[in-house]
Amino acid sequence: MSTTVRDLACQEIVELVTDYLEGAMDARLRAAFEAHLAGCPHCTHYLEQIEATIRIAGRIEPEDLSLDFRAGLVEAFRSLRP
Amino acid sequence: MDAYGPSLLRVARLYVSSRAIAEEVVQETWLAVLTGIERFEGRSSLKTWLFRILTNKAKTRGQRERRTVPVSALAADGDEDQTAVDIDRFARGGEWSLPPRGVPEERLLAGEARETVETAIAALPPNQCAVITLRDVEGLSAEEACNVLGISETNQRVLLHRARAKVRAAFEEYLGAT
Repeated sequence: MSTTVRDLACQEIVELVTDYLEGAMDARLRAAFEAHLAGCPHCTHYLEQIEATIRIAGRIEPEDLSLDFRAGLVEAFRSLRP
Repeated sequence: MDAYGPSLLRVARLYVSSRAIAEEVVQETWLAVLTGIERFEGRSSLKTWLFRILTNKAKTRGQRERRTVPVSALAADGDEDQTAVDIDRFARGGEWSLPPRGVPEERLLAGEARETVETAIAALPPNQCAVITLRDVEGLSAEEACNVLGISETNQRVLLHRARAKVRAAFEEYLGAT
């Protein structure tokens, strides 16, 4: 175990979550981050909530486009194919 | 076409002044693609290519409106000082005083959860909205999103961080409302 990276506080963890998920951390910081998570259920829940929102965002369905917009597009397609 | 509609609109809104103009830009994009004006040459994913055409058209349109603001300049949202989580939720030593809770599977799957997240994304500043839409809604890679928006990887990551933090806060509020 590295002892050169000091312990991270929860308040620091929440600011590092994106770097962690994006793989934009050096190995030492990553180890310190993971060590904190292993001992902190609260920060683990924080990470779970972030991961949950990412999963939910991936399930967003197309909204209804406005009727005018649809009509305009259909019109445009028709004009392409006589 | 429906599958990309809302995301294309959200990204187009970065560059033009109204939803109506953004819709025209999306329409122009589809026309360019479907009439073969723009040819896909397989140098990127189909989705990235589509968003790239869109941003080019939206930028041109925005310049004509003389109101365009390059995305790089938009990086300053005015919320640089904002933290991912309200500082009142931490004790003096930086540990949680009001910690977040776990996510029950049934709350995660509820349609209401999706509505909450979608509403929170739509309420974000345009550049954060565009980044999280490309990354988390459309599933583009970091590199692809940078390519579409013409921003640096660091910038992209900062915008994504702020966006996800705000959307998580909205999701947590939804979890708390039982």
